[in-house]
Amino acid sequence: MNIIVCIKQTFDTEAKISLENGAVKEDGVQFILNPYDEYAVEEALKIKEEQGGEVTVVTVGPARVEEAIRTALAMGADEAIHIEDEAAYGDEYTIAEVLAAAIRQKSYDLILAGNQAVDDGSGQVAVRLAQLLDIAHISTITKLEIHGTQVVAERDAEGDTEIAEASLPVLVTAQQGLNEPRYPSLIGIRKASKKPLTKLTLADLGLSADAVGRKVTPVEVFLPAAKGAGRILEGDTAMRVQELVRELRQTSKVL
Amino acid sequence: MTSVNFDLSQEQSMIVKMVREFAEEEIAPKAAEVDRNARFPIETFEKLGELGLLGLPISEEYGGAGGDTISYALAVEEIGRACGSTGLSYAAHVSLGCGPLYYFGTEEQKKKYLTPLASGKALGSFGLTEPNAGSDAGGTQTRAVRDGDSYVINGSKSFITNAGYAKTIVVTAVVGKDERGKNRIGAFIVPTDTKGFSVVRTYEKMGLRGSNTVELSLEDVRVPAENLLGSESAGFKQFLYTLDGGRISIGALSVGLARAAYEAALQYAKERVQFGHTISKFQAIQFKLADMAMHIELARDMVLKAAWLKDQHRPFTKESAMAKLFASEICMRAADQAVQIHGGAGYVQDFPVERIMRDAKLMEIGEGTSEVQRLVIARQIGC
Ligand SMILES: Cc1cc2nc3c(=O)[nH]c(=O)nc-3n(C[C@H](O)[C@H](O)[C@H](O)COP(=O)(O)OP(=O)(O)OC[C@H]3O[C@@H](n4cnc5c(N)ncnc54)[C@H](O)[C@@H]3O)c2cc1C
Repeated sequence: MNIIVCIKQTFDTEAKISLENGAVKEDGVQFILNPYDEYAVEEALKIKEEQGGEVTVVTVGPARVEEAIRTALAMGADEAIHIEDEAAYGDEYTIAEVLAAAIRQKSYDLILAGNQAVDDGSGQVAVRLAQLLDIAHISTITKLEIHGTQVVAERDAEGDTEIAEASLPVLVTAQQGLNEPRYPSLIGIRKASKKPLTKLTLADLGLSADAVGRKVTPVEVFLPAAKGAGRILEGDTAMRVQELVRELRQTSKVL
Repeated sequence: MTSVNFDLSQEQSMIVKMVREFAEEEIAPKAAEVDRNARFPIETFEKLGELGLLGLPISEEYGGAGGDTISYALAVEEIGRACGSTGLSYAAHVSLGCGPLYYFGTEEQKKKYLTPLASGKALGSFGLTEPNAGSDAGGTQTRAVRDGDSYVINGSKSFITNAGYAKTIVVTAVVGKDERGKNRIGAFIVPTDTKGFSVVRTYEKMGLRGSNTVELSLEDVRVPAENLLGSESAGFKQFLYTLDGGRISIGALSVGLARAAYEAALQYAKERVQFGHTISKFQAIQFKLADMAMHIELARDMVLKAAWLKDQHRPFTKESAMAKLFASEICMRAADQAVQIHGGAGYVQDFPVERIMRDAKLMEIGEGTSEVQRLVIARQIGC
């Protein structure tokens, strides 16, 4: 079983976000492997342990993302592909095109990814990738079983569980609850630096910067307004409701 | 020209990250419970073993992970920040349990006794202190007498970390006298299931209550002659070297505990309101927190310098004593000030600083008291 896992390095979920020149500032921020991608890596490793095979992680990003790659390798992935090229860091369209080009060069049975990244939270890249590769996808899964070429997955459907079937090759995206990701062991960490890591550029993938240029451009980036102190409304229920509606209309203008 | 470098390597920072995550998720939530019930968290040690942490700085041939002393010190700091008890037992297993076997064992001794410890299948321990030999560890009264192919050991050992759970312990014992009439001390590898070896009692401690500390009795404990570590007179030098290494880990543990105290105090100061302001707005409180932050940073730098020297195979006796002394004293100070910042809340068990203050005190006592560290430094600077 050849398994590919798409991963992204994201801000630490506890990082303090600040803006500089209309962009999120990266200085002094801790980066982590996107938590949903950790589930994807863990699931890939479990399948490999049960059925044998190879796990390759693929990512797009600047030099710093190598730490996330090494984390996945330390957990037990076998090799990695790192597309490091300024022209590849566009929007969801760009990333999906770039990943598809890299993955087309490999043979694969199963592709795993996180169902979203905790930074942008668009949840688009993996499903776009399935479309580009012309394979089926099952998103936000909480359970995965593979029997031969048959795949049965449980997916989180707004609180209910939906059972979906497909056959390999398929792309699935991991939801919280799929598994408990392992900690990389010390031996794993030490071995990670010796595992194969292939660095690619758009040229290596036969792509031109124009062909994958972003389709969406952020117009403005701003922080949510600081939360003010709360207010406890007084009086009987009718009075409080009236006051609440007035507040919502006049002060916060949401009605 | 660029040779001083404060960056961790990628591997070192990945190790720290992994240990921090593990410590926050699996160790910290139990810290109050193991303290309250004086329970040794054996299940945590099983997991530390699976992750390779119990043999972090031991080479892979003997089941270890082959990491360096810097990574080890940072791991102790992270574990100690989460739980002092777990940190002490961890440091004692690696530095004192594995250390002497790793530094002084023969190939066979290492294969047989070190591998299970470094690969995390069993715990190790080191028995030096005795009822009448503490700071003056050379004053050992435990005796080992050669009898044919074996040694027969008699005596008792006090305050021994992990010995109630250990598979193997290295104990020091007097083998005879040299020409000047001084004790010749040897170190012996004793499997804890050997007949005559017993745990007399488990101490009720002020702090670090989740760490196992016991009194041992050795009555006609017979071990094969091949269990002697090095020569019959090597024990004294061996334990001095072992303690030099151990002090790096107690320094690191002190930094971890100090950090836990500081972080708790900083958070509390930013939340507690008196006189219409959070107390973090009062300069008297700010100065305490500023001092803590500064001391922690300085202590860690010294710990890492001593660890670096050890990794470079350079002398580190003076630096490890300085690191341990400074870190332990700023740890006690930080714990005290953290309680002060909490006011009455710091004196009760609702907040972690109450426990941390009790844990911190041992840092100034174990592996050589502050007085002994000053003696070591004084000797090193030529007094
Ligand atoms: C929780 C815990 C865990 C421990 N774990 C271990 C372990 O795993 N293995 C092990 O072998 N030991 C262990 N110890 C023992 C520890 O190392 C000793 O307690 C320590 O070295 C001090 O010895 P002592 O208690 O006999 O004090 P003493 O040596 O009796 O000292 C009493 C006081 O006199 C001072 N003093 C002594 N000599 C001098 C001097 N020359 N000049 C000035 N002041 C002096 C000391 O600094 C101290 O303040 C542990 C102790 C504790 C409490």
